Amino acid sequence: MVIGRSLWKIIAIKLFIMFAVLKLFFFPNYLTTNFNTEHDRAEHVLDNLTRPPSAR
Amino acid sequence: MGDPILTTVDWARAQFALTAMYHWIFVPLTLGLSFLIAFFESIYVKTGNEEWKKLTKFWMTLFGINFAIGVATGIILEFQFGTNWSNYSWMVGDIFGAPLAIEGIFAFFLEATFFAVMFFGWHRVSKGFHLFSTWMVAVGSNLSAVWILVANGWMQFPTGMEFNPDTARFEMHNFWEVALSPVAVHKFTHTTSSAFLLASLFVVGISALFLLQERHQKMAKRSMIVAAVFGFLASVFVGFTGDEAAYNVAQRQPMKLAAMEGLYVGQEKAPVVAMGVINAGKKPGDDQPAFYQEIKVPGLLSLLANRDPNSFVPGINDLVFGNAERNIIGAEQRMITGRVALAELAHYKDAKAKGDEEEAAAALSIFNQHKEDLGYGYLNNPAEAAPPVATTFYSFHIMVALGTMFPMIFLLVLYFAFKGTLEYQRWLNLLCFFSIFLGYVAQEAGWVVAEVGRQPWAIQGLLPVGVASTNIAAGNVQTTFFMFLTLFTALLLAEIRIMVKQIKIGPEE
Repeated sequence: MVIGRSLWKIIAIKLFIMFAVLKLFFFPNYLTTNFNTEHDRAEHVLDNLTRPPSAR
Repeated sequence: MGDPILTTVDWARAQFALTAMYHWIFVPLTLGLSFLIAFFESIYVKTGNEEWKKLTKFWMTLFGINFAIGVATGIILEFQFGTNWSNYSWMVGDIFGAPLAIEGIFAFFLEATFFAVMFFGWHRVSKGFHLFSTWMVAVGSNLSAVWILVANGWMQFPTGMEFNPDTARFEMHNFWEVALSPVAVHKFTHTTSSAFLLASLFVVGISALFLLQERHQKMAKRSMIVAAVFGFLASVFVGFTGDEAAYNVAQRQPMKLAAMEGLYVGQEKAPVVAMGVINAGKKPGDDQPAFYQEIKVPGLLSLLANRDPNSFVPGINDLVFGNAERNIIGAEQRMITGRVALAELAHYKDAKAKGDEEEAAAALSIFNQHKEDLGYGYLNNPAEAAPPVATTFYSFHIMVALGTMFPMIFLLVLYFAFKGTLEYQRWLNLLCFFSIFLGYVAQEAGWVVAEVGRQPWAIQGLLPVGVASTNIAAGNVQTTFFMFLTLFTALLLAEIRIMVKQIKIGPEE
């Protein structure tokens, strides 16, 4: 079952890179990280939505 | 001419496209091969012939390699929603978030439970229960694709929801309208059946390689016959669902259809361009020719789009600038309405902040009258409403040309298999092997048509990609783009290397 061991190794390395490296250090949830309440998040998105095209 | 400057949204789109396209290398093989394995094992259980068991185990090993390397690659897309597409993800999050999570957990447990039995249970459970487990893996794999494709269908044709200006969220008011929208249904059927087709090409192609190498010929021919029958039926179904999908595009995304066919000026008895060299420099409204060379089939586009060969099909110019004679409101006019909607949304927000309920109600009323064109309010000029035409046109035509060729390959395989001379058809076996690659080209081209063809929209007509993305530095997205490129390339190389090794070993004799 050499192939089985190789596949388990690939799965483990891949999941480690995805969750312990990429998610943790490179992919924070922007709204959750930068705003504390649902109201603040909604306000921020509404601000983005209502910004006139010339200001983009 | 200087180098174009890529903005955050360009990098975010490139990153999403890269991840989705790599993800889609693994997924369709899992979806289709799971059913083929179930067929092979069913034949084994029915006949009791141990050779079918060996054959099943061989394809199951290749399925396991693909599954192990591809599993969880889609989760990276969810990471990107939260970081690069925070406005979009906020707006649709509470609609799609929960069903996607439930589906993920349900499909994961269904697959994980039966997957373990399928791989490790040959000597631990009865033949019948093992077969049941294999079928459950096939059903579970395909069920796990349902809601993500429904979500994609909704982005192409937003329905069954209402925009809440207080929370800046789309809220579902009719679950069934979302889940069973014709676009979602055809998105699911077309995508899964094309996955069946790809997996059939894979089995036929690898088996053809065995015939070329004069190894495992009996097993190869058996595999080819089952896969060619499944592949041919899947091809016919792909054609049928593709026709329905194109009809839906014509009714709900006419700009995408016009780009798919490079049709700038709308016409009655509109032709399909069977083959053509498109003028990539042409812009909406200019006098340049749309094609340098083309071969057309008159009336066919009208027939496909409206089920009437004499009907009118709008072109890109009609949809950008409008056509009063045909009662078509163009992007130019929609931009005016969209800007009113945007201004009134801002007005509503300010009035609410001031606590002026009367003014807020008045602004909301005007917003509601104009909200259907909300997205057009963000465009700077009407031509931005048209997608990249050359990319859409070529991807569509490559997909259709290959999709037409594949059923013929399956028929030829069946013809020579029943004639008993399949192993002597070197040219056909080479074509079958090369068609594995062509199958992937068709798969990716199909997604390019669906996603590039609907630009500039993240949500059709309501939210352009530039507004859906997060205001973060382009450098951040650029860094992770190259990290993904490295990670996914490494995974793909690992998959190919391990598969090639396993194919060299071949089935148990």
